[in-house]
Amino acid sequence: MLTDEGLLTRTGKVEFGGVQREINLAYVPEAQVGDWVLVHAGFALQSIDEEEAQKTLEEMRNLAEVGGGLKGADEDKS
Amino acid sequence: MSDYTPGQLVCPIPISEYPKVLLAHGGGGTLMHQLIGKIFAPTFKSDLQQAEHDAATLPINGGRIAFTTDSFVVNPMIFPGGNIGSLAVHGTVNDLAMAGAKPLYLSAGFILEEGLDMETLWTVVQAMQSAAEEAGVQIVTGDTKVVDRGKGDGVFINTAGIGLIPDDVEISPKRIEPGDAVIVNGDLGRHGMAIIAAREGIGFETSIESDSASLHHLVSALLANGINVHCLRDLTRGGLVSATNELASASGHSIQINEASLPVREDVNAMCELLGFDPMSVANEGRFMAVVAPDDAEKAVEILRGLPHGEGAVAIGTVSEGGSLVTLKSRFGAARVLSMLSGEQLPRIC
Amino acid sequence: MKHVDEYRDPEAVKRIAAKIHTITTKSWTIMEVCGGQTHAIVRFGIDELLPDKITLVHGPGCPVCVTGVELIDKAVSLARTPGVIFTSFGDMLRVPGSKVDLLSVKADGGDVRLVYSPLDSLKMAQDNPDKQVVFFSVGFETTAPTAAMAVVQAKKLGIRNFSLLTAHVLVPAAIRAIMTMPKTQVQGFLAAGHVCTITGYEEYEPLAAEFNIPIVVTGFEPVDILQGIYKTVEQLEQGRSEAENQYSRVVRREGNTAAMKIIGEVFTVVDRTWRGIGMIPDSGWGLSAEYEEFDAEKRFDIEDITAEEDSECISGKILQGIKKPIECPAFGIRCTPDHPLGATMVSSEGACAAYFKYRHIPTVEKA
Repeated sequence: MLTDEGLLTRTGKVEFGGVQREINLAYVPEAQVGDWVLVHAGFALQSIDEEEAQKTLEEMRNLAEVGGGLKGADEDKS
Repeated sequence: MSDYTPGQLVCPIPISEYPKVLLAHGGGGTLMHQLIGKIFAPTFKSDLQQAEHDAATLPINGGRIAFTTDSFVVNPMIFPGGNIGSLAVHGTVNDLAMAGAKPLYLSAGFILEEGLDMETLWTVVQAMQSAAEEAGVQIVTGDTKVVDRGKGDGVFINTAGIGLIPDDVEISPKRIEPGDAVIVNGDLGRHGMAIIAAREGIGFETSIESDSASLHHLVSALLANGINVHCLRDLTRGGLVSATNELASASGHSIQINEASLPVREDVNAMCELLGFDPMSVANEGRFMAVVAPDDAEKAVEILRGLPHGEGAVAIGTVSEGGSLVTLKSRFGAARVLSMLSGEQLPRIC
Repeated sequence: MKHVDEYRDPEAVKRIAAKIHTITTKSWTIMEVCGGQTHAIVRFGIDELLPDKITLVHGPGCPVCVTGVELIDKAVSLARTPGVIFTSFGDMLRVPGSKVDLLSVKADGGDVRLVYSPLDSLKMAQDNPDKQVVFFSVGFETTAPTAAMAVVQAKKLGIRNFSLLTAHVLVPAAIRAIMTMPKTQVQGFLAAGHVCTITGYEEYEPLAAEFNIPIVVTGFEPVDILQGIYKTVEQLEQGRSEAENQYSRVVRREGNTAAMKIIGEVFTVVDRTWRGIGMIPDSGWGLSAEYEEFDAEKRFDIEDITAEEDSECISGKILQGIKKPIECPAFGIRCTPDHPLGATMVSSEGACAAYFKYRHIPTVEKA
């Protein structure tokens, strides 16, 4: 289950890291060429919301910084 | 003395939990090793039998020859990067090279299916000769059989090969020592993924080509430059995981692989992710691993990188004392055991 | 690769893990209900990065593992029927039924074929008009819309030789079942990100409120999972019990309405028996009356099946999070991927298989 870049037809050519497949786009009617979509079992299930992705990454960076370098007393070794 | 009388099984067959042969028995994983270990190896008993090595090393007239055989059943017959013919030559030449031998002569046995296009056969045979010339070997003898339509898969090829092992070369799992470096000559997983992509029903378009190639020139370059090569193994069915496990088992030592150093192309990675394959277990046909003395590791990588099919060479791990385990150190620092798969990887979906 | 690599950044992973350490003051038990997440957790060693106080439990999130034995037996029976091409995703082929798995049926001559998508099965039906093509429709809500579309297309195109053997299961019902079990230790859930891509997470809100548990919709990459765990622990430490969305780049609260609409037409809620757990009411999807002509169970005369489970297999307890695979006496000894006793060892997302592949130290066999 992965994320891809798309070309639009009702089914579309979706590309993932250099590999392409014909994918059914019926469930992502709003998807355009160049959009990123989530693909599963031959279907695009949802388009990736770039804004939300940025927010998630931002949060991840903030989380990491605020705690940054602080090791909890009970941190275990792998 | 054997209890076995032809036509009558006195002892129950030792692998009776699988009453029928499964595809998994050919997958390069534990089931295949079980099949070899329980049916073939103990039956073909001989002091010289070396079922767990790529080629048998045999004493002859004061010297040593390497002798090996391999059968090729790949489907589709023709795939990006080669065909069953070129594969048949590369595979056997490489098995000989893995024993440290200079590959000399090959035999070629063909089982043709009724209805096979002559043109296809011609293409395959031409490819075999090109591959042989490139590898510096001669195909000197062979055999042909034809089976009914529906009983063959186009063409099956068996090649057997003979090579000469120089006196001062000693390559075997027994020579592996703690501290040794493990090096591969290039990126992993290409052949298996090229085949899967070329099969019908999967529908993926990609430019992934098989990495099928003869590797003898790489081995002889290492030896000629004084690299202390302890052991070699080509990465075929079962991929890196099978090969490292075989060596760990045969040598009694453990191997640690560094996930971050594993070379995998982006598109191969992508297909593996899409289908749920692990690139470390995917078949290669132009890749091998060299276990060398630690001091020689850097030089070995440099030598390989300067040669065709060695451009992507990189050190991927080290050997440690005892245990016969293969472990992987992940990018996050966690270590986990890499066991051989039982059989073929199946494309999986959540 | 965009949208994947950033979420595997080792630095970020280490730092989020460290942050989880700093906020954890009490012991918490969190369950994830997604085979993909189980797989990722064990593969990347994520549970090893967590503080000892946090216990991660693997729930019944692997649809292959929870498919009832009698359904596998029906699949086997169909695959053995002459004139039938039985198609399935890869994982299902190795799951043992009462006696055999689909791969053995294939070895015996049954026409069993692997597909990447239900649309491939449909195409097979078009290409083989003299055969019946059955698709083994297994999966949570993520896969259901793909099978639904195949059936919708079949109806539109008048394809009569295509049918589904449905085995779909629903996550919220599983969460409810786990929380109503008397011995349950679970205090919070990571909800399956791709399931929620389709269904949204509106229906998790009442669940969170009813059982007083945080439910965080989580993705699959290491950063996603750690972020999901972080949010869950944060809720627990703060005494909150809400449905929250970590996987916001793909999951919308209302889900994918186009997919849900098709699902609404094609499927209807049914009772389902979950392997190892038992019958959970209203926990699955079966074909609706309008599409029942495509139901393989109705189309074919499948012999009466009495399903038998291997008595030693404790996958039920593992799926409920009561035991870990390594606590099973047969684990790694009598039950291995080569000869599995239950589904959790066969499916690559089953907890037992994940533990075996990524943890188990094999006893070295003499060559």
